[in-house]
Amino acid sequence: MTVAQPTRTTQPTLIASPPGTGGEASPLPQRILMKGNEAMAEAAIAAGCDAYFGYPITPQAELLEWMARRMPEEGRVFVQAESELAAINMALGAAAAGARVLVSSSSPGISLMAEGMSYMAGSRLPVVLINVMRGGPGLGSIGAAQGDYLQATKGHGHGDYRVPVLGPSSIAEAIDLVREAFAIAERYRTPVILLADGILGQAMEPVSPNFEALAPSTPDWTLDGADGREPRVVKSLHLRPEDLERHDIALQAVYEEIEANEIRWAGEELADAEIILVAYGTAARVSRTAVQRARAQGLRAGLFRPISLWPFPAAALREASAGARAVVAVEMSAGQLVEDVRLAIEGKVPVFHHGRMGGMVPTPDGVVGAMRQAWAVTDGGAA
Amino acid sequence: MERSTIIAGFGGQGILFAGKVLAEAALLEGLEVLWIPSYGPEMRGGTASCTVIIADGLIGSPVVDRADHAVVLNPPSLHKYEPLVAPGGLLVVNTTLIEAEPTRGDLEVLEVPCTAVARRAGDDKLVSIVALGAMIGRRQLVQRDTVHQALAVILGGRHADMVAADVAAFDAGYETGLEMVIA
Amino acid sequence: MTSQPQTGDQDVQLAEGGRTVYRRPLLLSNPTSYCPGCGHGIVHRLVAEVLEELDLGHRTILVGSVGCSVFAYDYLALDAVESPHGRAAAVATGVKRYRPDKVVFTYQGDGDLAAIGTAEIIHAAARGERFTTIFVNNGIYGMTGGQMAPTTLVGQRTTSSPLGRNPATTGYPLPVTEMLSLLPGVAYAARVSVASPMLVGKTKAALKRAFEVQLEGRGFSLVEVLSTCPVGWGMTPTEAMEHLATDVAAVYPLGTWVDRAKGVAPAMPLTMEAAKAVAGPAVHPADTAPEA
Repeated sequence: MTVAQPTRTTQPTLIASPPGTGGEASPLPQRILMKGNEAMAEAAIAAGCDAYFGYPITPQAELLEWMARRMPEEGRVFVQAESELAAINMALGAAAAGARVLVSSSSPGISLMAEGMSYMAGSRLPVVLINVMRGGPGLGSIGAAQGDYLQATKGHGHGDYRVPVLGPSSIAEAIDLVREAFAIAERYRTPVILLADGILGQAMEPVSPNFEALAPSTPDWTLDGADGREPRVVKSLHLRPEDLERHDIALQAVYEEIEANEIRWAGEELADAEIILVAYGTAARVSRTAVQRARAQGLRAGLFRPISLWPFPAAALREASAGARAVVAVEMSAGQLVEDVRLAIEGKVPVFHHGRMGGMVPTPDGVVGAMRQAWAVTDGGAA
Repeated sequence: MERSTIIAGFGGQGILFAGKVLAEAALLEGLEVLWIPSYGPEMRGGTASCTVIIADGLIGSPVVDRADHAVVLNPPSLHKYEPLVAPGGLLVVNTTLIEAEPTRGDLEVLEVPCTAVARRAGDDKLVSIVALGAMIGRRQLVQRDTVHQALAVILGGRHADMVAADVAAFDAGYETGLEMVIA
Repeated sequence: MTSQPQTGDQDVQLAEGGRTVYRRPLLLSNPTSYCPGCGHGIVHRLVAEVLEELDLGHRTILVGSVGCSVFAYDYLALDAVESPHGRAAAVATGVKRYRPDKVVFTYQGDGDLAAIGTAEIIHAAARGERFTTIFVNNGIYGMTGGQMAPTTLVGQRTTSSPLGRNPATTGYPLPVTEMLSLLPGVAYAARVSVASPMLVGKTKAALKRAFEVQLEGRGFSLVEVLSTCPVGWGMTPTEAMEHLATDVAAVYPLGTWVDRAKGVAPAMPLTMEAAKAVAGPAVHPADTAPEA
């Protein structure tokens, strides 16, 4: 694969010349096969990522390896840190200095980054963090899992903060969401998590080689030496409770704005659906096949796919499921997503959970079975 | 149309590579494709597998519970993947390493002595490409020419000298699969 | 006497025959709130003086830490970023890698650097990160109430070693500068003290040298400053200074451990020369990358 030169422009970045553009390169196929981890890395480069910090961990190591080769080629910053703890704090420093920063890891490493995320949220620092989830708790397994849903959407570090979370379900979507994640991070001065999983990271799919760029932002708070201006301080410490409360109230206002503007979701076969599956990421793809199989068997199934996991598309889900008989949350975890589904639906429709754990993934037939069971124990009274 | 293929065997048999060749061929034919490897410690010496799903529309589940084709190159893979093949599906068995017979009666079974075929074609290491050839010869999932192109794309550059040997191995397997059709 | 400037205002007119014996550095912005006899105020002033003399204030970024010096950014008129406890060396790595043309330094205490931040400081030094670390070692956790630190002297009573530090269960004081001086990435490493005016002068010289080494892009530079904590030590400021000059200095010898440009370096398990013989000379991206 050839790699073209400039990426810090507003023009689309080409990692291979598209056909018909002439140029010195010979026409190349319109699409190329890329591994999820590599595609997300290249998407970040195209989006103008200035600095990457990471640490090897399966199943995201290819992302680090891609950056190790590509970032120096672009004259940008790459550091393999001594730990995820160091990586997120290098990100903190680079972001404070005005860099567009990416960090990536997998579940255990994300736990180590939790401290840094809290500090960055408190310090209003943008960063994009990719979690290629694996099975847990503890060292767990390296299989694809979604057991970090609650951590990503409600947990990680301490304190009153939120972090936007995006859950791609295909490599092409991951490429777009990497760019959007940077845009959201900078628009609201917040960390953003891209919640992928081992299958998305390891799989290959065709992608269009045109990776879009993101215009550089021009913030007025970054550190470059107080030359001819008052010194700036990037910090999260507000020792007086009155001050900290004021700061936290301002943060909540930002989160309200994010909730108003950054909801993303997609629906499939929802119009006449009696049983609605709710799933994100790889579980959503399994659910798509399950919906097709259920429909072939005469069961009117549909799929509601949240893409922003925080903010959760609660109103959209409530509306989409208003006429349904039952809703089933399908996840590669023990019932984490289902909590948000229940909160969204407010008891108006019965909600069920179907999940596998530890690196096991629900099968399409398993999901169809869960739908049949949901059908069997409900009477359609809510519809 | 959506067709799923599982290729499995020992790490080092070229399992992931064979899957990539199939994926690249599908890409060249303008199809949608999803390639998923097994990854992690089991790759190093243990059992390796990959799944390739080819479709003319949006691909759903990366987890295959009803494979259209399974190519098994070692005994543990036969044991593990035979039950996952959909009724009427194709099971390609490498008889060089697998002595056991498949147990199901509702599958089409293609028995190929992959090492012997690969040796006749010039390189006895290319067992997975032989098996891939047999599967494609039998089920015509993608065109033979496209696979030749795919091999050139994947091996081009650093391993360009390998293309001819791989094409020969693929063709030998392909003929094996084709013969079974004619017979 | 009244003609002597009390602030950094350089336009103050001296009375005839008057002579400036002390001028508060312009970069020292607010009065500090450190305890009486604490050494942080001295070190802050020295940092401000050195940066001012080298004319670096407008292009310097301070990486703060957690501990008594957490408010250093309130006292030094510099761009600053706060770090989580112990992570200053990682934060500084991020700042300096993205802005290699700026002067970057961490200001850390011994709890921050020598306990919770040990991994970060060792690896920043091992990578030869081109920033400066000012490591103020007073052998105790001052801010949280005088608990034992890895640097606490054997036998020293603290609130978490009430019977005195027992090496059988808590080990011996951590010789950070000696340890880091074994790394080829360290271009400059010195241990100094604020125990006397003469030693304060040497401290200032060491700080200046460390920043010069950074400006020359030679690698990581470290100044360990032995300092006092009269409150944590249970001493008067005078007793604390005496203790610093005698008992503390006996455990932590003063001197320049590494100044590679001047040929000062201890014998190392792996010399740069040996590494170069295998791999050839190393090229730093900051020396090759185009200006951002």
